[in-house]
Amino acid sequence: MSSCSGGDGKAAVDRRGVLQAAGAFAGTVLAPGVTLYAFGGGDAQARPVDEPASAKQRWGMLIDLNKCSSGCTACVTACKDYNGLKSTGRPEIDAQWIRKVSLKDPNTGVVRSAPVMCQHCASPPCVDVCPTGASMKRADGIVLVDKHICIGCRYCMMACPFKARSFIHEEETDQKVNNPSGKGTVEGCTLCVDRVDAGQNPACVDACAKEGGALVFGDLNDPESEISKAMRAQPSARLRADLELDQGIHYVNLK
Amino acid sequence: MAQIKFRRLDVRSSLLRAMVLVNAFIVAAGLSAALYMETMGHAVTGMNNQVVWGLPHVFAVFLIVSASGALNVASVSSVFHRLAYKPFARLSGVLALSLLAGGLMILVLDLGRPDRLLVAVTNNNFRSIFAWNIYLYSGFFVIVTGYLFSMMDRRVSKMKDVNQAFGWTAFAWRLVLTTGTGSIFGFLAARSAVFGGIMAPLFIASSLVYGLAFTVLVLMTMSYETRGRLCTAEMLGKFRGLLAVFALTTLFLTAISHVSRLYGSQTAGVERFLLVSGGIYPVMFWIGQVVIGNLIPLALLAFMGEGASGRRSLVLASLLFLVGGLAQMYVVIIGSQAYPLTIFPGFEVSSSFFDGAINPYTPTLPEALLGMAGISVAMLIAALAFYLLPFLPQGEEEAEGAYVTP
Repeated sequence: MSSCSGGDGKAAVDRRGVLQAAGAFAGTVLAPGVTLYAFGGGDAQARPVDEPASAKQRWGMLIDLNKCSSGCTACVTACKDYNGLKSTGRPEIDAQWIRKVSLKDPNTGVVRSAPVMCQHCASPPCVDVCPTGASMKRADGIVLVDKHICIGCRYCMMACPFKARSFIHEEETDQKVNNPSGKGTVEGCTLCVDRVDAGQNPACVDACAKEGGALVFGDLNDPESEISKAMRAQPSARLRADLELDQGIHYVNLK
Repeated sequence: MAQIKFRRLDVRSSLLRAMVLVNAFIVAAGLSAALYMETMGHAVTGMNNQVVWGLPHVFAVFLIVSASGALNVASVSSVFHRLAYKPFARLSGVLALSLLAGGLMILVLDLGRPDRLLVAVTNNNFRSIFAWNIYLYSGFFVIVTGYLFSMMDRRVSKMKDVNQAFGWTAFAWRLVLTTGTGSIFGFLAARSAVFGGIMAPLFIASSLVYGLAFTVLVLMTMSYETRGRLCTAEMLGKFRGLLAVFALTTLFLTAISHVSRLYGSQTAGVERFLLVSGGIYPVMFWIGQVVIGNLIPLALLAFMGEGASGRRSLVLASLLFLVGGLAQMYVVIIGSQAYPLTIFPGFEVSSSFFDGAINPYTPTLPEALLGMAGISVAMLIAALAFYLLPFLPQGEEEAEGAYVTP
């Protein structure tokens, strides 16, 4: 009898455990989606979760260096906060998805500042070289790393002309749901893909809008989008245009 | 016609036992180091987000390139019909497999997620030269194993066509394999220090030197016969000539590679860094690769005497070629990452992510141990194979059926 009740008790515990696990699983799976929809807003239209990314869109960004002040790091801070990038105390191994690069013209001495992140190339070298296909490009042009099949070979980091990828050198704890970062894998700017899918701007763009408004995000394929209009209004350039990678990130007033 | 008699490795030699023990100790230390790096993450290595491939890759690529070259002797014997090399063909095949296994062990253990090795096998992106290399390396194991079988099986070894077919396939495969390894770097358009088609022939030429140097060293340590009786003055002369030709070819291609980059204004900066101003890298290049790794061994070969002194010169030259090979890989792999990428041509740049800065890299002990363990694993695998099967030539025997004598 006692053994029987013991068995029942164990079964009850097991049932509780299963229910708790199921609850945690459902929470983990649903919470991000609920949160995303709760945010709402943004120029982009939210994409239903059962609909794949479409090549009808080509997400991109226009960066106006004349509006980007040297001392401002709002975009960098917003990126770190939103994606949970923490400092290890050793800058050489810290993950940086977006950074401010100081540009000094040696002839004139003029100094400017340029945010640099993954350039979301249409022909991304990181995707070409990745042996497992973990580095991938979505139909809408966003370049991502599938962290389930990244083996941490770092060949994408060797191939990227923009130093846009970071390798996670240490055990990570308390990761953000939108960035399940893991030791031994590579990561980089996702254009805050979860926010984009929910119809919002990337975190850096929203943060910059409160400062200089140097970053404009949108659909390069939509002639009526703000980014397309801005690109028609003034000449823009891409980094290392000689490599002909057809990046989604464009710069204004680079020269 | 005289047949070659083969035998297994005699493990009674105290020198051989000591070497096995030393190598086993290095392997244990290397595997412990790999476990430590895997547990703690790459934070405990000298690698970082700027120099992403470090000392383990130097050893790994060096061994993989050497593996292809170690097949030289077998190829010369089967493909180019030079019978003098035939006694050493089996040993050459085993050594090629062992070196490749050692190199691949390092590469796998240095992955961020070595536990996902199966993912690399089941998910392939065939636009990646890395993915191609997975098949080139596995194919090499299969083909060279078949090649060894065709040399050793009593029935198959009599079928000249089968042996020829394996010989030619292995020869072509090793050239493609080394082309693939060189192209890992040559395809990197972003890295001006290595981008270019010349990396493939440069790696092929390098493989010929390293592989033959490894073969000579193994011949000189494995048995009395391979060290003395079978390594006649004629054979020593052949090895000497081949090593010299291969080393000079490597030097020539290295010179072309550097001079062509010096000539272009876009790439002159990285060349000046590697050859003049880059601190450890010019030292590695001029002292390590050129002087210690080529000029001194070439001089040793040029003034090589006869008999025991000639043998000593050949051994020392082979050792120095290998040291030069490691220095060459250090310059190619790490030097090319130490120089900053040019993202904004015409500007002086700086950032918290080390844009525009020379990227520091100091190798750590665990990395060095893992690298050395790759060489030791290769040596242990070779020794084990020599102990288990009759790969070592013993001499010629007239009697029929004496082909295999365990």
